[in-house]
Amino acid sequence: MKYVDEFRDGDVAKGLAAAIAVEAKRARNYSFMEFCGGHTHAISRYGVSDLLPVNVRMIHGPGCPVCVLPIGRIDLAIRLALDHGVILTTYGDTLRVPASGGLSLLKAKARGGDIRMVYSTADALKIAREHPQREVVFLAIGFETTTPPTALAILQARQEGLKNFSVLCNHVLTPSAITHILESPEVRQYGTVPLDGFIGPAHVSTVIGSRPYEHFAEEYRKPVVIAGFEPLDVMQAIRMLVRQVNEGRAEVENEFSRAVTRDGNLKAQRLVSEVFELRRSFEWRGLGEVPYSALQIRPRFAEFDAERRYTLTYLPVPDNRACECGAILRGVKKPQDCKIFGTVCTPENPMGSCMVSSEGACAAHYTYGRYKDFVVKMPARREAAA
Amino acid sequence: MNTLRKNYVRPLDFKHGRVDMSHGSGGRAMAQLIEELFATAFANEYLAQGNDGALLPPSAGRLVMATDAHVVSPLFFPGGDIGCLSIHGTINDVAVMGAQPLWIAASFILEEGFPLGELKRIVDSMAAAAREAGVPVVTGDTKVVEQGNADGVFITTTGVGVVSEGVLLSGDRARPGDAILVSGTLGDHGMAIMSKRENLSFDAPIVSDTAALHGLIAALLATGADLRVLRDPTRGGLATTLNEIARQSGVGMLLEESAIPVKPVVAAACEFLGLDPLYVANEGKLVVVCGAGDSERLLAAMRKHPLGRDAAMIGTVREDAHHFVQMKTSFGGRRIVDWLTGEQLPRIC
Repeated sequence: MKYVDEFRDGDVAKGLAAAIAVEAKRARNYSFMEFCGGHTHAISRYGVSDLLPVNVRMIHGPGCPVCVLPIGRIDLAIRLALDHGVILTTYGDTLRVPASGGLSLLKAKARGGDIRMVYSTADALKIAREHPQREVVFLAIGFETTTPPTALAILQARQEGLKNFSVLCNHVLTPSAITHILESPEVRQYGTVPLDGFIGPAHVSTVIGSRPYEHFAEEYRKPVVIAGFEPLDVMQAIRMLVRQVNEGRAEVENEFSRAVTRDGNLKAQRLVSEVFELRRSFEWRGLGEVPYSALQIRPRFAEFDAERRYTLTYLPVPDNRACECGAILRGVKKPQDCKIFGTVCTPENPMGSCMVSSEGACAAHYTYGRYKDFVVKMPARREAAA
Repeated sequence: MNTLRKNYVRPLDFKHGRVDMSHGSGGRAMAQLIEELFATAFANEYLAQGNDGALLPPSAGRLVMATDAHVVSPLFFPGGDIGCLSIHGTINDVAVMGAQPLWIAASFILEEGFPLGELKRIVDSMAAAAREAGVPVVTGDTKVVEQGNADGVFITTTGVGVVSEGVLLSGDRARPGDAILVSGTLGDHGMAIMSKRENLSFDAPIVSDTAALHGLIAALLATGADLRVLRDPTRGGLATTLNEIARQSGVGMLLEESAIPVKPVVAAACEFLGLDPLYVANEGKLVVVCGAGDSERLLAAMRKHPLGRDAAMIGTVREDAHHFVQMKTSFGGRRIVDWLTGEQLPRIC
C-alpha cells in the first residue's frame, strides 16, 4: 500500500535498530515515555521493542482518551441514556469502558438505552436531524485531535437551528497531562519513573503544533521528539532522543515534519477557542484532579451543553482497588505488574480502562505481547535469528 | 358476461407487493407465496413431494450436518446478497468436514412490509447458487413477524453431507510441525460489506468472495495428502479461526506476516477504517492445516482451482502450552495474533 508500506519497511527498521544499538551507550539506560496511545499501539503491534537494545526502555504514557476517562463521566452518559431517554452517540471504544454498578455503555444499551456508535460528529448530527422528536447527545471524548470536530458540530447545529442536539464534553489537554507527569513525585522526587525524554504526539501535534512542547524542553530539561504513528517514525524518534540525551541537549525536535508545523492548524485552534473554554479542574483516571486540564463548552453555547441542559452533577467514583491503571498511566507500573492483569481483567471483561481501548497499555500488551511474560521453552534465540 | 377465467388466482405482485402477516399465517396467501416463489425457484424432486419434510434416499457413509443463520446487513452487497451467502455458508460448513454436501433446508424469517420484489431477487439468487453447487434446497419454512421485529429477511440454512471412508478432518488434529495454508486473499467479504455500509468507493471496488468451496475441497481430498484441519475463516477472520484450531489441538502457531495474502485495496480500506484484515470475515476462503511434507502438493492443487489461485503458505504449527498464535511482523518484530475482542463488524453474514 503506497504511502503506508514505506513507513513499515522491515529492512529500514533493521538499519535503524542497528544505528540505535551503536549510538545508545552501554554504560547507561534510556527511558523514554511515548505519551500517545497511538504510539503504544504501534510499538506493540509491530514489535518495535523487539528491535531495541535492552538498555532502551519505553514507558507507556496516559495519552489514550478512553483510558483517562473516569468512571463518573461514563456514569453521567449512562444516566442520560437510561433516565433521560436520550439517543446517546459516541465513538466505538467508549462503549466498553467499565462504569459504576457493573455497567458500561454497551451493557446500558442491552438494558434498553438507545446508545449508538458513530464514526464522526457528522453522524451524530445526522441522527439528530433524522429524529427531531428525540433528544440526541454526543458523548465527546479525546485530546486535541477530536476537539475540532466537536466544535464544528456545535457550530453547525447552531447554524442549522438544531434544537435536539447537545454534547457531553470530556475533551482533555495534552500539555496539562505532560506537566502533571513531570511534576509528579515519582518523577521529581523519588525517581521511580526515570524519564529521559518524550515521544511527542502525532495527531495532536498536527492541531496544536510543536510550540507547546518547548516549555517542557526548557523548563524541565526533557527532550521531546514529535513522531508519526508508523513504526519507522517511532524508531527514528527513539534514535533522535538517544542522540539528544548523549549530547546533553533538551530540545523539541520534529520527526513528523510531513504533517506537523510549529504553529499547528490555526483554523482548528480558532474553532476550538470559539466554542470551548478551559475547565478549572477535571478528573483524569489515574492522574486524579488536574487543574486546567480539560475544556468545557462556553456559556454562549449553553443550549448545546448536555451538562447544563440536563443539570448533571459529577460524582467521582473510585477505581477498583486491585486495578493498577492509575500507576500504569503514570508510568510507575507496567501492565504485567498488576495482579488482575490477564486474569480478572481481560479485553473481554475489562476492570480498568487501560484494558479497554486498543491504545491502552494493558490491552496492547495483552493483545500483542503477553507471550513475553512466559518463559518460552523453545530455543527462542536461534529461531529469532532464522 | 363474466370474463374471468375459472380458478383464476391473481399472481403475486412482485413489482409493488409487500410481505404481509398473511404470508406467514399458514393460509392461502402463504401457500401462494410458497408455490409461486419458493417452489418455482428451488424446483426439485424432493421439494415437489409437497410434504412437511423431505424424504431422502439412503447415503453411503457418515453424515455431516451443519446449520448457519444469516442476518447480514445490507442484504445486497458487491459480489452477492444474503441469498447466495446463505447457500455458500452452509455448503462450506459441511464441506470443511471433508463431506460432499447433498441437501439443504432453508428457513426464512420475513419482516412485514418487506418488498416481494426484493424477496424474489434473494430467493432467485439462492436458487442459482444451489443449482450451481449441485446441492438442492429440499425443504423449508417461512415465518412473518410484525414490522420492526426483524430487519427485512433472516435466512437459516441447514446442510447435510456425506463423508467418504478414510477422511478425518477435525480442529483437534493440528500437530507441531504442520504447515498452515490459506486459499487466497483475506478480508474481501467483510470489507465489501463495510464499503457498502460506509458508502466508501475505491478505484477498484471491493467485491465479496462469497463462494461454495466444496469443489476446491474435493480437489484437495483427491490429492490424497495428509490433511489435518480445514476451516472457512468467516466471522472473526483468519485470526479467530487459527486461535480456535490452536486451542482445540492444544498447540501454538507462528505466522509470517509478509506471506499472508491481502488485496491492496482491502488493506487500504482496513487502514482507513482502523480494522485489521486478519480479523475481517471471508466467505469463500479456506484455511488448511496439513503435514509439512504435503504443503507444496496442496498449494499446487489449490492454485489450479479458480478459487485457490492466490493460495499461500502462511505459517507453521508449533508446540506452545499457552496456545498462542504468534506472528513475525514484516517490520521485524513479533507479536500475538489474539482472539477477536468484542465485535469488530456486527451482522457481517
